[in-house]
Amino acid sequence: MSVSHIVALILLVATAAAYYRGRERAMTVAGGAPSRLHSMPSYSGYYVAILTGLPAFALLMLYAVFGTPLIDMAAMQSLPANVASAPPEQIELFMRDARALAFGEQPSRTSALHMDMADRIAGLTRIATWVVALLTLAIAGAGLYLGQSQVSTTLRARNRVETVVKGVLLLSSVIAILTTLGIVLSLLFESLRFFSAVSPIEFLFGLQWSPQIALREDQVGQSGAFGAIPLFAGTFLITAIAMTVAVPIGLYAAIYLSEYATRTQRKVFKPLLEILAGIPTVVYGFFALLTVGPFIRAICEAAGFGVPTQSALAAGLVMGIMIIPFVSSLSDDVINAVPQSLRDGAYAMGATKSETIRQVVFPAALPGIVGAVLLAVSRAIGETMIVVMAAGQAAKLTGNPFESVTTITVQIVTLLTGDQEFDSPKTLAAFALGLVLFIVTLCLNVIALRVVQKYREKYD
Amino acid sequence: MTDAAQDISIKQAVEARLKKRHRAEQRFRLYGLSAILLALAALATLIGSIAMQAAPAFTAWEITLDVDLDASRAAPGVGQALPGSPEFEAAVRRGSYAGLMQDAMRDRFPQIEERSQLRELFGLYTSVSSSGLMNRVLDNPSLLDRQTTHTIPVSDDVDRYLKGQVTGIERVRNAGAAQLALADDGAASLRLNPALLDAIQSEAGEEGFGFGIDDPSVIVRFADGAARITGLQGDVAQAEILTPFAAGAGEASLLVLETPEANRLISDAQIVWTETLRDAGVITRGFNTYLFTNTDSREPELAGVLGALVGSILTMLVTMFMAVPVGVFTALYLEEYAPRTRWTDLIEVNINNLAAVPSIVFGLLGLAVFINFFGMPRSAPLVGGMVLALMTLPTVIISSRAALKAVPPSIREAALGVGASRTQTVFSHVLPLAMPGIMTGSIIGLAQALGETAPLLMIGMVAFVADTPNTFTDPSTVMPVQIYMWALNPERAWEARSAAAIIVLLSLMIVMNAIAVLLRRRFERRW
Repeated sequence: MSVSHIVALILLVATAAAYYRGRERAMTVAGGAPSRLHSMPSYSGYYVAILTGLPAFALLMLYAVFGTPLIDMAAMQSLPANVASAPPEQIELFMRDARALAFGEQPSRTSALHMDMADRIAGLTRIATWVVALLTLAIAGAGLYLGQSQVSTTLRARNRVETVVKGVLLLSSVIAILTTLGIVLSLLFESLRFFSAVSPIEFLFGLQWSPQIALREDQVGQSGAFGAIPLFAGTFLITAIAMTVAVPIGLYAAIYLSEYATRTQRKVFKPLLEILAGIPTVVYGFFALLTVGPFIRAICEAAGFGVPTQSALAAGLVMGIMIIPFVSSLSDDVINAVPQSLRDGAYAMGATKSETIRQVVFPAALPGIVGAVLLAVSRAIGETMIVVMAAGQAAKLTGNPFESVTTITVQIVTLLTGDQEFDSPKTLAAFALGLVLFIVTLCLNVIALRVVQKYREKYD
Repeated sequence: MTDAAQDISIKQAVEARLKKRHRAEQRFRLYGLSAILLALAALATLIGSIAMQAAPAFTAWEITLDVDLDASRAAPGVGQALPGSPEFEAAVRRGSYAGLMQDAMRDRFPQIEERSQLRELFGLYTSVSSSGLMNRVLDNPSLLDRQTTHTIPVSDDVDRYLKGQVTGIERVRNAGAAQLALADDGAASLRLNPALLDAIQSEAGEEGFGFGIDDPSVIVRFADGAARITGLQGDVAQAEILTPFAAGAGEASLLVLETPEANRLISDAQIVWTETLRDAGVITRGFNTYLFTNTDSREPELAGVLGALVGSILTMLVTMFMAVPVGVFTALYLEEYAPRTRWTDLIEVNINNLAAVPSIVFGLLGLAVFINFFGMPRSAPLVGGMVLALMTLPTVIISSRAALKAVPPSIREAALGVGASRTQTVFSHVLPLAMPGIMTGSIIGLAQALGETAPLLMIGMVAFVADTPNTFTDPSTVMPVQIYMWALNPERAWEARSAAAIIVLLSLMIVMNAIAVLLRRRFERRW
């Protein structure tokens, strides 16, 4: 057990002790009659515990997050100038090995310089750990002392504790914002670095995608071309196939469920359809790769033309199946929200049920259905595992569904799952693709949510 | 024309049209029903095909060898080293267990001497399995200098043959007598009696194959030996000897393998030996425990899901302890505390959008921020759990808000009315009542995260990991990624393994969802 662990444990015990100490102290000040206190004794306990534990734990967390980079930075001050001017990825590798050495793990290579750095890192880490440990305990002790000395009959312990609770809740809600911010910033930052090497015009409008960059000058076929049009086309093709499957089936299923189905039918069919939505995408990928793909190939070979097992059609079909419940449950909600009075009006005019649905309910629900379909499209564009497994890797510009195509998500996975250094345009290209993906899906979602919301308000 | 006549024609027209309209009505209804049935058929095909592919992987054929653990070979130079001492362990690790197992195999087939044939013989199992024997000796030193039996899985090709996935097999027992004749140049021929000849011709005749390498194999077995027929002239068959015969003549049985030898990975000789071993009860079928007790391996017959399962559990723990508290706190803040301002509107819109961000983008976030910026370890459950937590957060928040909204205002008003503060009201009254709904939503969110693959590929959980992870920072993989990696392996045996892993994953998810449904049934209150 490391020093930090022991300190955390001590802190935990101290916080618990502080609670009892605070409560007991409150009882003492009140002279055994809690009604004389402003807040109930347990709030004094919480108050002292918060003062003891919160700042100390915060310090420990900060050290856990920022400790390693800070120590690295301090240790690197001592690097000889010729080493310090090496490319960043080499320094990173060097530091990783030195770290491994310092903490008794297996480095990929060693040298005197490595050993030197390892000693330095180990030394700095030891010092930093002890300093932080002592500081933490000191802060906790100070908090405990301060807290219990503040306990009195007039201490507004409850209000203070509640302020802290409210602060914690507010902080939690900020995490969602921070996540979005993190996504935007990291994608933007890495994409900018990519666009400093490859022009955005070439990226967005280029027709050639071959991200392998030649290791030697004379290597053929590895031009490092980053024209993403073939990826956009492939994504579009597969999404179109998926929508051709999912929209009619999902929509008719929703209409049947909401307008025709008996209570029992609804009770059976709806959860069954929702199972489709709960199946992991990797399972759909497996199904597309090993069942649907070979099946399509067998049919085509029987019809006299050869196709690859990995095809846009296989991926699109299976993705369509995956999206059916998405379309059907959203449309179901929308159709159910159409007021009964509209239907009754149509029936009164002598319309049959299907005429009512086609000519009254469906037009009334159309904006919501469009919203649902847009959400489904955004889902299809961002779907990864099915296309990674079943669509192939060939960046071809084709409209033929029997050929294998590649998509934005497939390329992100391909670019980032091999072994490569982090700073090459090849890896950065993945972030640029991610940015495109994020922007497109975000736009679709915003439009869809707005449409759905507006529509809901109309009938509320 | 009178009015009455006009009425009749209108009536007829209306009736005809009505019929058409009612037919259209029926049709429309049928479309709806068939859409649902089509979707359900797809679901049935999906589950059915995976279950069928997975079924063979739940049993395994195993070979039991009688190994002689002679100390001079199992632990060379062990001397008087005490069991448990480092010297003892070093000695055992020097032992040639692969060799010991090969000797055990040779004892079974003393008549096989040729080197290439021996190599084929040892191909019936994977030599990696020998480390299991070594570990047994390390655990139980008293095995040294003793005879023991060691059970290992047969190689994946043999396993697939025994499960009937490699070739169609025709067997004719006691087909007729055969007599062996060896020419001076070593070429063998078999004199077949009429009954045997008939049997061969009736097997081969209709298809009319020519006993070549691209034709089905016809194998004659008698007197502990076996030979493959390579040509037929009258009642004399040229033959290639697969296992030497113990006697020159005998009552033969026929084995016809429909897939030509050139088209399969297991040779005729290996099939004959496998058949012999199975007849002798040395190769037996059992439940595939390797699938659940082993970690990942390069050999399909040794690969198991244990490592991925533990990795998934560790990852889910991290996700749970991060996503659930933060999600519930956010929901509490938005529902119970925050005034409706621009700021809370922003948070709300943001959460709705975050719920629809493709999961792979969260992987990019994890790679850029957690791994590259904060320098956290790659392939670790800690990072994977954090990424999945961010991804699950919107689900938890949205379902928690719904659960909090469902608690009627009268509860809050009653608490506030007797003098409780806002926080006391929320934590002592509203939250406990909303808890079942929150738990249900959280479990469903976690089940989703359990099946998520794409973001984990980004943060390097796709590496081959042969050890079970013990801590949150050990390299590990998770169930869905394991399925992905196995499914992409070229050998056919991985298909069944991968499908079996899917069944394990789906079972886990079904259990989680069942718990969620039970919670809802048991505690849900309608106001």
